[in-house]
Amino acid sequence: MIELKREELLISELADLLVNDKHIAVGAASPIPGAAALLAKEEAKLQNNRIRVTILHSNKYNNFTDGARELFDCAAQGRIDTFFLGGVQIDGEANINLVGTGSYTKIQKRFPGSFGSALMYFVVPQIILFREEHSPRTLVDKVDFISAPGFSDENIYRPGGPKFLLTNRALFKFNKQKKRFCLLKIHNNESLENIIKLTGFKFDVDDKITNMSIPNKTRIDILRNKISYMVSEFYPEFADRIWGV
Amino acid sequence: MKQFDELSLLEIVDEVKDGDLIGIPADYSGVPMEFTKELIKKGVKDLKLYCLPLTTIQGDMLIGSGCVSEVEAAAVTLGEFGLAPRFSEAVESGKIIIKDSTCPALHAQLQATEKSVPFMPLRGVIGSDIQKYRKDWQVIENPMKFSGNKNEPILLLPAVQLDILIFHAPCVDKNGNIQIGRRRELATLAHASKKVFVTTEQILDIDFFDNELSAATCLPALYVDGISVVENGAWPCALPGVYGQDNDEIKKYSIAAKTQKGFEEYMQNYLFN
Repeated sequence: MIELKREELLISELADLLVNDKHIAVGAASPIPGAAALLAKEEAKLQNNRIRVTILHSNKYNNFTDGARELFDCAAQGRIDTFFLGGVQIDGEANINLVGTGSYTKIQKRFPGSFGSALMYFVVPQIILFREEHSPRTLVDKVDFISAPGFSDENIYRPGGPKFLLTNRALFKFNKQKKRFCLLKIHNNESLENIIKLTGFKFDVDDKITNMSIPNKTRIDILRNKISYMVSEFYPEFADRIWGV
Repeated sequence: MKQFDELSLLEIVDEVKDGDLIGIPADYSGVPMEFTKELIKKGVKDLKLYCLPLTTIQGDMLIGSGCVSEVEAAAVTLGEFGLAPRFSEAVESGKIIIKDSTCPALHAQLQATEKSVPFMPLRGVIGSDIQKYRKDWQVIENPMKFSGNKNEPILLLPAVQLDILIFHAPCVDKNGNIQIGRRRELATLAHASKKVFVTTEQILDIDFFDNELSAATCLPALYVDGISVVENGAWPCALPGVYGQDNDEIKKYSIAAKTQKGFEEYMQNYLFN
């Protein structure tokens, strides 16, 4: 059996969520989503399908020529199917916080800021929340600051929103009606009890809960022999650490 | 007559006044680091940074050096090298005011000034705490009968005009036109700024308008008040298409700047050696 890195498993899980997309965009500090998008694109080519990928961090894998605003205009026009967002904190109603902990006016620990999340979360149909650390400090009952809300009132323009949350231990699906996450998959070394213990919010558990899928040899070969070199163009440190390229 | 003003770096630094609202380019658009060094040496005070839409080491150094009273940004970060330590500390201790924003809002406020209209609408954002704390933003009901959705609440952002903008560019032609490539946000910044100064690697003896490709990727000289040749002027930040970011140096900074003392030691060496 091929020895698999945790990052490769997460890339593979994310790639499975991208197969129906036409255009995937990847934002700041996102080597795993970036690798997953390029993997989905390469696999689509083999099926004679076309997926476009825009990696903002890259000069080569980037379709935009109209400056940094084009991502947001393009997303608002409905031309981006999937985007990834993270968070210092993510809560059980899929609100995300990229600003800091403690009360906003007397902040305890300040993080970088909200980036483009306050628009992207509203207009991109499939937002995948991705946060590697799965702990009670990242997955909380209620975020300290809402950079972007998980849901909006009916009269707010909102074709987009959260669909999935992937951590290094589990994959959840977000139920928009119930405003609640449902656990779909857990990492092979994890137990449901441990996931409950490490998650700061209450969630449902799918009847058909499974382990994360092990990628087949073809996928691993594409990832290691092709995607790794592509990723090294825009995340050299990550590519070196995971694949030594 | 020469078609543009070639200045020394210190002449550009002298154009920045205490209290100015200054445009700050993102780490991918040509950060004027050599200029920033001289600005810190001069001891400018009370700057208000308008980041499009984020800043990295440039903003963190200005904050740590006590040059800044306010930051409007979507993020201040050292990217792969973690949090911007002087920024985080300054916000946590209340030394600076942070006007938290989101990338498209920062673009839209300048776009309003580009068009000389008083505000620009933007979708999204409503219901976030960003909106809650921005008293200068307003929500109205969509007033249009046949465009958008009836009764839709929509966010209005005020036009923002910058006092001054400085960025670093790969090259300039003999008439003072600036090559910006695909970094069109530099044009947005320039259009919305009262004064614009550019540091550049080199001045070329050609005319960008002789060629369709170079004409389409330049900022015309009419928006620019002065140019200074500063080789390696973005180091340790990247200059798109010319050189990459110096990861070792940024990493070194990220470690040193974790404390104010470490920051000051780093800066002593950075500014004067």
